[in-house]
Amino acid sequence: MNIIVCVARAIETTAKIKFKNDGREFDDEGVQYILNPYDEWYSLVRALELKEAVGGEVTVIHVGGQDSDQIIRKALAIGADKAIRIDKVPQSGEEVAHLLAAQIKGMDYDIIFTGKETVDYNSGIVPPMLSALLELPFIGVVSHMDVNGRQATLSRQIEGGIEVVQSELPLVLSATKDLAQQRIPNMKGIMMAKRKSIEVVAPGEVVPSSSIEQFHLPQKEKSITYVDAENMDELVRLLHEEAKVI
Amino acid sequence: MSVIVFCEYNEGGFKKNALEALTYGRKIAGVQNSRLVIVVNDPNFDQEVIKRYGGNYVITYEGVPTGDSSATASLLSDIVIQEEGRIIVLAYNSTGKSVTGQVAAKIQGGVATSVSGMPHSLDPLIVPTTVFAGKATADIKITAERAVLGLQNNVLAPEESPVDQCELKAYAGEVSLSLQVLKQETVSEDIPLPEAERVVSGGRGLKGPENWHLIEDLARELSAATACSRPVADSDWRPHHEHVGQTGITIRPDLYIAAGISGAIQHLGGVNNSKTIVVINKDPEAPFFKAADYGVVGDLFEVLPRLTEAIKKWKAGR
Repeated sequence: MNIIVCVARAIETTAKIKFKNDGREFDDEGVQYILNPYDEWYSLVRALELKEAVGGEVTVIHVGGQDSDQIIRKALAIGADKAIRIDKVPQSGEEVAHLLAAQIKGMDYDIIFTGKETVDYNSGIVPPMLSALLELPFIGVVSHMDVNGRQATLSRQIEGGIEVVQSELPLVLSATKDLAQQRIPNMKGIMMAKRKSIEVVAPGEVVPSSSIEQFHLPQKEKSITYVDAENMDELVRLLHEEAKVI
Repeated sequence: MSVIVFCEYNEGGFKKNALEALTYGRKIAGVQNSRLVIVVNDPNFDQEVIKRYGGNYVITYEGVPTGDSSATASLLSDIVIQEEGRIIVLAYNSTGKSVTGQVAAKIQGGVATSVSGMPHSLDPLIVPTTVFAGKATADIKITAERAVLGLQNNVLAPEESPVDQCELKAYAGEVSLSLQVLKQETVSEDIPLPEAERVVSGGRGLKGPENWHLIEDLARELSAATACSRPVADSDWRPHHEHVGQTGITIRPDLYIAAGISGAIQHLGGVNNSKTIVVINKDPEAPFFKAADYGVVGDLFEVLPRLTEAIKKWKAGR
């Protein structure tokens, strides 16, 4: 089976969020970039399990600049067979979706894995856009999947529970927690990753239809009101009269 | 030129977020003086509700489950073209998260997700969105002729704007389904967490699942949903869908009461857009107090039952 795993770079979750250039750009000084956890822990691992079960090859594809090579190597160390980096630092999820689609269109594939969203921008826009550009069925926020021949049975998260659907391959899915268990790259994986190739390809032309005008940090400075632990009547009064939430 | 709003309907009726999307779209249509087109996935929807919230033109379809996001997006895109839709609004719930991006791709429109407020301007279209797990807002400018917006819940309250008549039209296009929905497994909850206006949440401070009645009793008195922090879900004390946080679900209730949760950044990311946050923790240095509106430094094993009693007393006295 030819398995594609689209992986993204993300700002690590404890980074201080700050902006420069009058709030127009994210200030990434001192910030660590990581392989997006949804891609690394759930999407890639489920793809590897599938390959281990039915045979085939796992190719990771990433849209990014040279700085991304380190995280792509991590994906190879975890077990991907090869990698393709589309050489462009993306300006938007929409751009990523278009660049991925242009690359994938020319490839043989049976299934495409993605992560439900990146932990920094949280747009979640790449997986569904990619599926539409490739005209493939899309199942989002998948927490469980079984593949039997050309048929996949997937559990997607919905409000208050899950919905189980069945679809023929090829398809695009986005992974969430529980789809697989995180794998830590071991020494052997890390050594072997050095011998695997990262093919760098030139990006196609994408005309963006949106841009980030401005970032804002929340203005409301929370000032806390402490209520004595013995005096819950007072808390109730405040919630009713002041906060007006009960 | 029209504003298209997808209002998801199921046997329970319209969810609050569908009416929020309707209100959002109606307001834009009002400013632009463009036509408001509602799309509903069931011809037997509750017309009174749609009329009450200002929908006077509804296109319905049937036989396409919302779980088939590709088919849903195809027919929505078809309707957008037919009705000359310029701005398309969907609630950014589980359906919206799968459909929004697909519609944008199919109509070659711009897209903004986790929209967190009314547009700053319509020409050019600039909308605020929530990014960095709720720690910041990004204003997205969409330059394409059409724009698809995925609206977060609780951004605005559904607003009544009654109309007398509602014109109905049945979608006449062809749709091929891309998958089969086998079943749904929902935990029967009185109050689903993503839509709850009040939430009571517990962390490791509860010490074990056997103590959760403290959370549940308070939630019951407040007609609130229950939630938990990640370690609690990971330890299987509580079901995974109750986990709120950066890698769990993001909620925006009016009231979020957190007991025995220290307030790690990843948890805050899921709840810091709540209107009012109450933190109960015996550690006065718990980081969560920095994000709280009201704080109680005390032992939750005493404070929670005391608060539950106080609520009961207050309700009885009204």
